[in-house]
Amino acid sequence: MSETRYTKDHEYIRVEGDTGTVGITDFAQGQLGDVVFVELPSLGKTVAKGGEAAVVESVKAASEVYAPVSGEVVEVNSALEAAPGTVNEDPSGKGWFLKLKLTDVAELEGLMGEAEYQNYLKTL
Amino acid sequence: MLNRQGRPTQGSVSAHEPHATFTGNRALQQIEPLIFEIGHPETTGVDIDAPAPFKSRLGSHARKGEIGLPGLSEPEAMRHYVRLSQKNYGIDTGLFPLGSCTMKHNARLNEKTARMPGFSDVHPLQPVSTVPGALEVMLELSHYLMTLTGMPAVALSPKAGAHGEACGMMAIKAAIAAKGEGATRNVVLVPESAHGTNPATAALIGFSVRSVPAREDGTVAVEDVKALLGPDIAAIMLTNPNTCGIFEPQIVEIAAAMHEAGAYFYCDGANFNAIVGKARPGDLGVDAMHINLHKTFSTPHGGGGPGSGPVVLSERLAPFAPVPFIHVEGGSARLVENAADAPAGNQPFGRITAFHGQMGMYVRALTYMLSHGSDGMKQASEDAVLNANYIRAGLSDLMSLPFPDHPSMHEALFDDEWLKGTGVTTLDFAKAMIDEGYHPMTVYFPLVVHGAMLIEPTESESKASLDLFIATLRDLAMAAKGNDKARFTGAPHHAPLRRLDETRAARQPVLKWVPPVPLAEAAE
Amino acid sequence: MRYLPLTDTDREDMLARIGVADVDALFSDVPADKLLTAPVDLPRAKGELEVERIMAKMAARNVAASSVPFFVGAGAYKHHVPATVDHLIQRSEFLTSYTPYQPEIAQGTLQYLFEFQTQVAALTGMDVANASMYDGSTGTGEAVLMAHRVTRRKKAVLSGGLHPHYADVVRTLSEMASDTVVSLPPDVTAGEDILARIDDETSCVVVQNPDVFGNLRDLRPIAAKAHAHGALLIAVFTEVVSLGAIEPPGAQDADIVVGEGQSIGNALNFGGPYVGLFAAKSKYIRQMPGRLCGETVDAAGQRGFVLTLSTREQHIRRDKATSNICTNSGLCCLAFTIHMTLLGQAGLERLAQVNHANAVALADALAGVKGVTVLNDSFFNEFTVKLPRPAAEIVEALAERGILAGVPVSRLLPSAGLDDLLLVASTEVNTNEDRAAFLAALAEVL
Repeated sequence: MSETRYTKDHEYIRVEGDTGTVGITDFAQGQLGDVVFVELPSLGKTVAKGGEAAVVESVKAASEVYAPVSGEVVEVNSALEAAPGTVNEDPSGKGWFLKLKLTDVAELEGLMGEAEYQNYLKTL
Repeated sequence: MLNRQGRPTQGSVSAHEPHATFTGNRALQQIEPLIFEIGHPETTGVDIDAPAPFKSRLGSHARKGEIGLPGLSEPEAMRHYVRLSQKNYGIDTGLFPLGSCTMKHNARLNEKTARMPGFSDVHPLQPVSTVPGALEVMLELSHYLMTLTGMPAVALSPKAGAHGEACGMMAIKAAIAAKGEGATRNVVLVPESAHGTNPATAALIGFSVRSVPAREDGTVAVEDVKALLGPDIAAIMLTNPNTCGIFEPQIVEIAAAMHEAGAYFYCDGANFNAIVGKARPGDLGVDAMHINLHKTFSTPHGGGGPGSGPVVLSERLAPFAPVPFIHVEGGSARLVENAADAPAGNQPFGRITAFHGQMGMYVRALTYMLSHGSDGMKQASEDAVLNANYIRAGLSDLMSLPFPDHPSMHEALFDDEWLKGTGVTTLDFAKAMIDEGYHPMTVYFPLVVHGAMLIEPTESESKASLDLFIATLRDLAMAAKGNDKARFTGAPHHAPLRRLDETRAARQPVLKWVPPVPLAEAAE
Repeated sequence: MRYLPLTDTDREDMLARIGVADVDALFSDVPADKLLTAPVDLPRAKGELEVERIMAKMAARNVAASSVPFFVGAGAYKHHVPATVDHLIQRSEFLTSYTPYQPEIAQGTLQYLFEFQTQVAALTGMDVANASMYDGSTGTGEAVLMAHRVTRRKKAVLSGGLHPHYADVVRTLSEMASDTVVSLPPDVTAGEDILARIDDETSCVVVQNPDVFGNLRDLRPIAAKAHAHGALLIAVFTEVVSLGAIEPPGAQDADIVVGEGQSIGNALNFGGPYVGLFAAKSKYIRQMPGRLCGETVDAAGQRGFVLTLSTREQHIRRDKATSNICTNSGLCCLAFTIHMTLLGQAGLERLAQVNHANAVALADALAGVKGVTVLNDSFFNEFTVKLPRPAAEIVEALAERGILAGVPVSRLLPSAGLDDLLLVASTEVNTNEDRAAFLAALAEVL
């Protein structure tokens, strides 16, 4: 049973139990262009909601990936270091960045659901 | 084929490609191998006699391994670098409208004077008594820079524009500390349209950066600045004329507001070429401004340097200028190299480079100034502004102007609104200009404008040259709007190389030549 | 005015096309009371001949290094530069090009940058090098900041053998950024115990080799101690020709190597422009400052070069950039790479050998002068002598006799109580006659 929520900065978090998988949306990877480098946090790092969790770089741009909710980093997708293009090819699947153990599940409430995010994209 | 980021996706030969040659060369366009592929470690192009036998004093520190560097004989070296040069576009090749970079003519007289042995062959630490002419050049250059900017002091030693920014901001930081406000005044305001060096510089020396929004018309409003002012604000870093090519209409009010709030006004002088002899930063309330000698005063850009970035300083910042500097008292000049030797009242904030800055560039810039004179420098600025506005007038019915309400200064800024729906991007348009024999304008800067195209022709272009440039861009613009996409998306077709795969370069960085693995080993 | 192509008729036609009455209408955003009406108070335009005369007159007041027996070093060295170098760097396509942001029409610049990076990496024995810094001193400041980013620490330990001006540059930058600097006292005979100053808060140790007093140092134990504490070793050099003769810092496990490249290809220029060399272990490339050139292919599959890893830089990363550097030392770096290509390994080794031989000959001769002591055990082409009187006085007296003898330590370290020490350098340009003249004049003034 999983549920995906979105931020206005185009991160997603797919929640299963008390763990969430964080990545950037298809829209975000399209805007960024070819991803050439991903900087991932160290395991065990705690991040606050809205804090910098990772960095994603294309040839001409660098963006912070913010934590959609607070939590502790319990897993990172180290495969991205050798194959950053995975973020472009499969952002919501193999292109995930990190997994967070959620501090406060209630924080998810402030994020957008699928339909809401799709509507948000139409306003941009 | 290119994907939508302009990245090649396959090796392909376009319809424009002429038939292949045996060598791969195309007449004057020669494929040139790397020196590592043509040279040998035992080859040398320099004949030096071996010394008579002597007892080494290297002790145990002598090199044990091979260096692994090839050499070339003189004719081979000459041909290698001449061929490489032929793959480059320079100001001497054609119009170089790179906005914000002031690619003006580089007079060869400046090269000649810089190579006079009295300038090029003097050591920074030889006795001061043997270099009065060098100090004279520095004083004369200072006099010109202070007169043109209306500022009372100048620190010459910064090595380039960004280094000048750091120098100016360090002087501001030192002045704030001297007032006992170091702990509280630590925020620098930077407009969204600023050069990237501005926020990078502020951060480098320990300030935090707060962004000032740009107005709809491309300028900074004094009210927006005032709204951000407080006891934590150290300074504003503002480019004037700004990066959109507009003279900031409220600059005097902004400077006054900063001063009233106990803060400083750092002006990025990258665009000084628009106003030399027309307006003086000192009259506008500037506290510090770097001057890119390699832009405004024509010292060659040299493929990315060397630059030179003297900083003019206001009365309140002058005492904090770094060592070394020349102090003039009672008609005699003295080189001050250590804080302890500084005249009373001076508190140099430190030192930013080993020696006296870019002497070679001072000589070139001074030669430029003497040649132009006060009348020529004023005329040069007027012509630079006139040329930019002439291009703007010639293109504004086809290309969109984000800020039509202000005249342009020395550069004209367009956005990509007019390309909407054509499938052609700013980058494609720039690459198509290469096929037409032009260096592209600055693209995607400033960031506040979508798909920005910033055109700075400088005063060095004739009317005929501008007319042809305008006609070419009009033809390209019509083609873009007329669905001739192939002319753009595959461009350039006629340059030494086709569009380069920057994604590949960044994903698997290859930053030096590595000897190929012999086949025998590779097979193992 | 010979540099301005527009005629008055052109200007009128263009103003009409724009639709304004006069050029000042284009300056309408300048507050009316700030717009200058008359030219500023400076001389009027001059012809080429007149300007050349003025400049030549100023130049003639300086004593050029090649006109006298010349032994001045301390961070800048007089070497012979082949005529080919200066000819090639004045080719229009090199001289008047810009930073290679449009790689399809800048392969000339990009390929020589790639060759330069490879040469610097080989010379220093490091994995990667960047496309140059302003000079050795500013590069050293950048190296310290880089070490802070890598280690996430804020304390730099500076050897007492580091050029005092380099140490000043590091201290100035660090003070501004509120970082800590531990500076060891001047270390004339390379006897300092720098190992004792390295602890778990140390970000980097900065050691120059050959040091400012000319001594050769073993970097290995310093690297080992630094690494044991999670710190980096930054190896500095001011005389790049030394790398033709001594163990490179890379072979001694340095993490970052930074130095002055002026000696190869570049004139003395009274201190600038010069070219900073900057190399590091490859694991740190994303923390490196400055431009990097990398290999790739074009749309037709041909090899080409581009500036790469640009997201480290100010124009993209802004306040999070690794450095604020933008312009570097393009043309000086070209001069370096051409000269190095002409030398090759064989030429560089020979050049280094001649430098060392000349310095040994001079040291031996000076050691024979009564009252003069050579303080170095080992050296390359520069060493320190102790004189019976303040060195500044003696240098001045020798200058009056047409000998430029070296740099008094007091000029670099005015309050260190080292007034009787003189730094003396000798390169391939010095002849037996130069040496004899130096010794004769010294005998007179002592």
